[in-house]
Amino acid sequence: MTSDSRLRPIRVLVAKPGLDGHDRGAKVLVRAFRDAGFEVIYTGLFQTSEMIANAALQEDVDVVGLSILSGAHMALFPPIMLALKTVGRDDALVVAGGTIPDEDIPAVLALGISRVFGPGTKLQDATQYIRDHAPVREDTP
Amino acid sequence: MAGLSERILAGDNLALARLLTLLENGDDVGTEALDRLFTNTGRAWITGITGPPGGGKSTLVNELIRQYRSAGLSVAVVAVDPSSPLTGGATLGDRIRMTEWHSDPGVFIRSMASRQFGGGLAQNTLAVAHAFDAAGFDHILIETVGTGQDEVAIASLALTTLLVQVPGTGDGVQTLKAGALEIGDILVVTKSDRPEANELARDLRRLRTLVFEPVDDPDHWEAPVIKTSATTGEGIVDLVQAIEHHRQWLLTDNRIVRRRQIIASTEIATRVESGLRRRLLQRADEASRLDSLVDAVVSRELTAHRAAEQLLAGFGQENRQP
Repeated sequence: MTSDSRLRPIRVLVAKPGLDGHDRGAKVLVRAFRDAGFEVIYTGLFQTSEMIANAALQEDVDVVGLSILSGAHMALFPPIMLALKTVGRDDALVVAGGTIPDEDIPAVLALGISRVFGPGTKLQDATQYIRDHAPVREDTP
Repeated sequence: MAGLSERILAGDNLALARLLTLLENGDDVGTEALDRLFTNTGRAWITGITGPPGGGKSTLVNELIRQYRSAGLSVAVVAVDPSSPLTGGATLGDRIRMTEWHSDPGVFIRSMASRQFGGGLAQNTLAVAHAFDAAGFDHILIETVGTGQDEVAIASLALTTLLVQVPGTGDGVQTLKAGALEIGDILVVTKSDRPEANELARDLRRLRTLVFEPVDDPDHWEAPVIKTSATTGEGIVDLVQAIEHHRQWLLTDNRIVRRRQIIASTEIATRVESGLRRRLLQRADEASRLDSLVDAVVSRELTAHRAAEQLLAGFGQENRQP
């Protein structure tokens, strides 16, 4: 079952948290992930941490991608990670992208976000990272 | 830890979401969990919503959620979007129109990729609906992929089918064509704030009066035409009432039993078909017979029809062996 489930498309949530209307990057990623064979759920703009966690829960995604260009990542990421834990989806792989300064990256990673993709990231590096790190989950009927 | 089925019956949405994934993947664990849950199904009302891309299906679903929630009824949504024929990937964007329910425990929205199934649905759409049914949702809304003239599969899956038509997309001849227009239990003209909406609604209504022999079949349902606008709110309450009328009509004289028989036989037939196809192609592939048959067709020695017959004949013989 384990090996079989990995043959299924990886499900990815691409979310735009907070007051940030710049979604060109997020849309490019949606397209790149789609072309990499992932099933991508796009949340749209202005998502609260509860909205993101709820979508991650209902859509049972393997991966949550947070795109942020507002500079508010240190304010928004902690409540998102907490909300994911609250709904029981802290097993998802969480990655972030956007304008996150290098000096903030250690603090972002310390929150449990596994990778930060900054400006200039190659799309295939992001998709390959997700392919390599998306969790495989086990279930009982 | 308890299994998925017990957790779902206890109201655990995390387990429900997980089961939906397993069912979508045709995973044995999911199939087994649904075996256990199946006696708890049959209570929800399943409404299908189909129509062209950008026709307003997701927005209409959002408005239906609003109506049902204000009546205190819980709603599950299955929103299907197309998979890429090239990569298998998909962009699932229907829940963007339904974000306002994120903190409402009475609403559960799940996106599904069609995974090349066809008919505007995914192979396991109905299995996912069964899971929502077992979890106790009152209404299940299945939104198909954006469809055209010929995708009618939803009508043999849902109890009530809404066919969405958009103003300004063709003249009255379009309303004379066979196919999808015939399967709607309710015809919905969306974006009714647009000037062409009245014309389209009139053309669709004329279809009903253009009958050459009077219909005296007691099981004949006259599909109403309802104009809706999410912008002005026009027609949404009428639509909910029309769905309720159709529900009451099906519940009268046991019509619902016949409808459920159609749904069940379609579901069985679909599974038999896909199971046979998978087994057949697996075996043919193992024997590399498929490759040689493909070559024979390409080199014009054999029609595809005869190649298929050869595969099927071999399959029957293998199955007769003990």
